[in-house]
Amino acid sequence: MSEQDTGQVREVLIRYYDGTERVARIVDQEVPYPDGKLIVSRTDPEGIITHANQAFVDMSGYSREELIGTNHYILRHPDMPAVAFKGLWDTVAEGKKWQGFVKNLRKDGTYYWVKATVIPNIRNGQLVGYTSVRRKPSRSKIRESEALYATLM
Amino acid sequence: MPLNLTVSPDFAPDHISGWFYFNTYLQRQLGIPIHLELYDSFEKQRQDIREGKVDLIYANPYDASMLVRELGFKALMKPAHKADETVIAVSVSSPCGSVEDLQPGSVIATTDDPDVHTMGMIMLESADLDDSNIQVKTLKNYVLVAKTLLKGEADAGFFLKQAYDELSELIRSEMKPLVSSQIGVIHHVLLAGPAFQSHEDALKSTLLSMADEEKGRNVLQNMGLVGWELMSEEDSEFMIDLIDTLID
Ligand SMILES: Cc1cc2nc3c(=O)[nH]c(=O)nc-3n(C[C@H](O)[C@H](O)[C@H](O)COP(=O)(O)O)c2cc1C
Repeated sequence: MSEQDTGQVREVLIRYYDGTERVARIVDQEVPYPDGKLIVSRTDPEGIITHANQAFVDMSGYSREELIGTNHYILRHPDMPAVAFKGLWDTVAEGKKWQGFVKNLRKDGTYYWVKATVIPNIRNGQLVGYTSVRRKPSRSKIRESEALYATLM
Repeated sequence: MPLNLTVSPDFAPDHISGWFYFNTYLQRQLGIPIHLELYDSFEKQRQDIREGKVDLIYANPYDASMLVRELGFKALMKPAHKADETVIAVSVSSPCGSVEDLQPGSVIATTDDPDVHTMGMIMLESADLDDSNIQVKTLKNYVLVAKTLLKGEADAGFFLKQAYDELSELIRSEMKPLVSSQIGVIHHVLLAGPAFQSHEDALKSTLLSMADEEKGRNVLQNMGLVGWELMSEEDSEFMIDLIDTLID
């Protein structure tokens, strides 16, 4: 697992873009990405989750009922810099594909790294939502991202 | 002029006769002449598709994307309980126990099957392997991929899971899988082009009831299928979006 793991537990106040906030319990312990699986979710144009596959349910630690209808920021980890998500939203708003490495927060406070791809869903020329597909990242990419994101906080 | 039916060249050789029976079955049930054209090359088939020589196609998911988004085909049906999954395997004597053990410079045996190759490359990413630091050997079929591994001429090979499972027990006992994809929602699709439109409804009802009668079941068995399921337009758009995230 990550060399940075300490297993330490801390409480962090997370402020979301829409003004809401929550105190999250953060555990510095990585859960390994499952081999061979893709984590798939879809959102509406505002980022509210409309679809979650079983791998998403399993890895996030939330039930499907808890995920559907919730803002995707529920997975936001406080170690992720805001600028990374600004890049995501700016890119998909232009109708383009976004790809990046993301540290995600599980319901139990532990985390998992993914290589994520987000694309806009266009039907009859209209934006109807977004699809995100995550795959297993390499250890070297995780180390690079840990170092890079720490400088962007 | 008969309508033209074709099948993605990744079908298993054992199922060739099944596709001919299927064509005969369709012609009888629909009462229209249909010509079955099989290809052994994805490129040649794609060329004929682009030239409008195909009206009905059992396509791999990767080509389905092009057929729907670029050529106006409609996904009608999918095979029941039959997702396309990819296996990365090595020889039993390989020191590798997981994908992450594969090193830069590895020789990878693969086929020109676009889905399996794409998924195989994605599963190599976790080992920091990509086009720039591996050597790819493209072979005609999965039996040759296996033979290449067994002869020690490649470090790992990509297989369609179904093809891997259908290899002889002897060959399989000489290999070990490092990883097997579990995606579940990427599968082959039966698509119809514009000229087939007036027969779509008859086709759907024929295929939906195929597994309910003995003749149909026989044909299905010869094709290696258990039945057909309807696909909605949104089902097909969803699968294509998903594939879009996987290709650069
Ligand atoms: C399809 C889609 C998937 C997303 N997946 C994630 C995710 O897995 N983890 C995450 O932290 N943010 C994800 N986001 C971004 C969130 O919507 C949000 O922008 C981010 O968590 C930062 O929260 P904030 O905008 O409140 O600062 C996703 C967005 C979209 C459109």
